[in-house]
Amino acid sequence: MDKTISLIRERIRDGNARVVTAEEMPAIVSELGEEGALREVDVVTTGTFGAMCSSGAFLNFGHADPPIKMERVWLNDVEAYGGIAAVDAYIGATQKSATREESYGGAHVIEDFVAGKTIELRALSTGTDCYPRRTITTELLLENLNQAIMVNPRNGYQRYNAASNSTDRSLYTYMGMLLPNCGNITYSGAGVLNPLANDPHFRMIGSGVPIFLGGAAGIVVGEGTQHSPAGGFGTLMVTADMKSMSRDYLRAATMTGYGVTLYMGLGIPIPILDIEAVRSTAIRDEDIFVEVIDYGVPSRSRPALRKVSYAELKSGFVDLNGEEVRTSSLSSFRKAREIACIVKEWVEEGKLSPVLPTRAIDSSKSAMPLRETVRGPRVLDIMDRKVIAIGQDEEIRTAAQKLLKGETNHLPVIGVSGKLVGIVTTYDVSKAVVNPGKASLVRDIMKKKVITTKPDEAVDIAVRKLEQHNISALPVIDSEERVIGMLTAMNLGKLFGGRWLK
Amino acid sequence: MKLVVTFSRKAGKKPIIAQVVRDTGVLINVERALIDSSEGEALIDIPDESCTMVKERLADLGAAVRVLEDIITLDESRCVDCGACISICPQDVFSFDDEWKLRMDEKKCVMCGRCIEICPHRALSHKGEG
Repeated sequence: MDKTISLIRERIRDGNARVVTAEEMPAIVSELGEEGALREVDVVTTGTFGAMCSSGAFLNFGHADPPIKMERVWLNDVEAYGGIAAVDAYIGATQKSATREESYGGAHVIEDFVAGKTIELRALSTGTDCYPRRTITTELLLENLNQAIMVNPRNGYQRYNAASNSTDRSLYTYMGMLLPNCGNITYSGAGVLNPLANDPHFRMIGSGVPIFLGGAAGIVVGEGTQHSPAGGFGTLMVTADMKSMSRDYLRAATMTGYGVTLYMGLGIPIPILDIEAVRSTAIRDEDIFVEVIDYGVPSRSRPALRKVSYAELKSGFVDLNGEEVRTSSLSSFRKAREIACIVKEWVEEGKLSPVLPTRAIDSSKSAMPLRETVRGPRVLDIMDRKVIAIGQDEEIRTAAQKLLKGETNHLPVIGVSGKLVGIVTTYDVSKAVVNPGKASLVRDIMKKKVITTKPDEAVDIAVRKLEQHNISALPVIDSEERVIGMLTAMNLGKLFGGRWLK
Repeated sequence: MKLVVTFSRKAGKKPIIAQVVRDTGVLINVERALIDSSEGEALIDIPDESCTMVKERLADLGAAVRVLEDIITLDESRCVDCGACISICPQDVFSFDDEWKLRMDEKKCVMCGRCIEICPHRALSHKGEG
């Protein structure tokens, strides 16, 4: 028998409602059965606490005297978007400080405001008849702002793929530090307690639904940006008053090597009106699957290494190709649980009163990739097609002659099969001359481990290889490992002033 | 017990740790070592009961010895119990308790510093560095 939202609200008012957390629900359903759980349980509460980069707040500073139209705005040296009216700005969580780089950013400004700290506002303007002032610097507390309304474009991901790294060097990503050779796996999300995992078809979660956000009571605005529920990756846009938030449920963070992000606490109560709501809230960690993605591949479509459940991720170890790999959560399950319990209290006290969505969220959408109308430069566009190479059994003296004559510093070494087998640089040859030992042939002094690129690789990816390995040239090889060109630091000059800057 | 041993190499390159192992018969586990042409620093692990003997012998050979305690500090006001540190630690220092609260077993730490570098909330530091 279905229940109505007004019945549930009446039970809450009378103090008779049964409110449980999403972690308690699976056991209740298996004990009482679906019908029994529907009769017994009125509201299931959810919670999550993790990195939510797509967060920020609209701030209104009030007017100065003489007034200024703040065109560029900085808060503790972190730029906020000032292109909205005269004294409004949007501070985004991931914006880096102009002076302190990744150790301070928009998320820290938000946390410091909430913690009651003083923030320095600086603004510039060109000056107009109605807003003559051109500069302003002042110190502000959160209470000095007219409004500080957090509006987060994308929070509460339904689930999020786990991360690993198959390359031979450590990666620093928004999924944390990924050790070489799949040395660890990181994941994010509260699994069983995740709000959208408990309502995957957006039947109870939609516009106008009350939520817990950063310690304040807020509401769901609607679907979040990049909302992609068709594949199980729905998102929410949410809002709440920053002035009611607490540092306990909102925290700035820096993912080393990636940048600043904001950890947000989000919790949503789900009214249990019918059997389907019972079923969706009975979900367990064992039922929620994500893929372990290889972040070692620098492209949008990174390969998946395997599928894994939240139960396995949370156990601390995941079996990857027969090896036990340690996992790290990046979100806090302890905080998620705390939030689900607070939402439970708030529902019981009437502070969060469940309502049905005033506008439903589409549960069938898929997010699209960026439409790119101008292709970025590829290696083949700028590489040197003239290749001066050498054989591995030639003498070092011959290598020196080739380097001189070819006016190059790098000689790819070609084996008998025509394949690339090594590389020799001016440095290697000089070293052999200064320290004459047993080495007489190219094969004795060449480096066998060659970092290479491919003709269709994006130049930006090749440039990262040059930087990471601290080298100045990459042989360009085809599918049969034959050298068809060289990409050197000199070639990169072609990117400036050419057609790639139009 | 962990000891930090610092020694100068200017007066010749004596194999100090090997010498102590031979003289005392204590099996010394070298967990980390940084040695260049003029000086060296090694982090060694030894059984608690052999501490005095090893310390004295090292001092005799001209090394400075410091007992390592409370190697890393967790600032509870910054930690949110996310667990980012758990999988990157080569020594399994970190784990969750039953309530998903982060706990550390400092005795296992070899001061590689990786957790301090990557903690998203900058909640970990070397003792004394705050």
